[in-house]
Amino acid sequence: MNVIMFYLLSAVILGCAILSVTTKRILRAATYLLFVLIATGGLYFLLEVFFLGAVQLMLYAGGIVVLIVFSILLTHNIDHKFHPIETKKNIFTGIASFLGAVVCLFAISQNTFTATQSPAISTNIRQFGLQMLSYGNYGYVLPFEVISILLLAAMVAAIMIAKK
Amino acid sequence: MIEGIPMQHFLIVSTLMFFIGVYGFLVRRNLITILMSIELILNAVCINFVVFNKYLYPNQLQGYMFMLFVVAIAAAEAAVAIAIIINLYRRYNSINVENVNEMKN
Repeated sequence: MNVIMFYLLSAVILGCAILSVTTKRILRAATYLLFVLIATGGLYFLLEVFFLGAVQLMLYAGGIVVLIVFSILLTHNIDHKFHPIETKKNIFTGIASFLGAVVCLFAISQNTFTATQSPAISTNIRQFGLQMLSYGNYGYVLPFEVISILLLAAMVAAIMIAKK
Repeated sequence: MIEGIPMQHFLIVSTLMFFIGVYGFLVRRNLITILMSIELILNAVCINFVVFNKYLYPNQLQGYMFMLFVVAIAAAEAAVAIAIIINLYRRYNSINVENVNEMKN
């Protein structure tokens, strides 16, 4: 059951990703991107990391895609179509990405991954919160504070830039 | 860990997704679709972090934490980028990359 689900989700991810970068209508590209992000959240649920699945659905599928759709509606005609891509550029870019993918897949197939033997710890939200705010070993309180300042700065900057 | 699915299959999916994102990043001429390709790339990297943590080091939370920080940075980046795109659209009436070739005027 889980295996079938994994291959189904992978097919949705890859198919919608390809459609998202090749479709001619920009709103459809955003919709395909939404499907990719939701299927990725499904992968996290399949791996039993429920907190990250929820974060993926809320922030990516619920936040960023809505932001992108807003900006599309503010800057485009609704039935705007792209010009077709030049064939030469299309071919060269395709070859470059294909070669990169081949190199990476070769590296993955050659490497043997050895897992640690230590017992697994639970991945519930309590564990995440404790580690996120702990200042002992492997604590993440400093990156947490830094990223909160970064988010505040980004919010102020976005308002400042879009206002004038 | 899921029985019956080797870790390499997850890595293959994320690698292909990453390079689809790279292809879109290079071939598109519209700023919003370039931003969407960047989201694809970041998403593939997030899958890698989570899968490595889940399969190889289940006694730690490092990869999950990195995924959370990547998502937060992606949100900040999308907010600023979209503000810039809207500003550019007001000035040039177009958001194609070849029309936006001046830093300041």
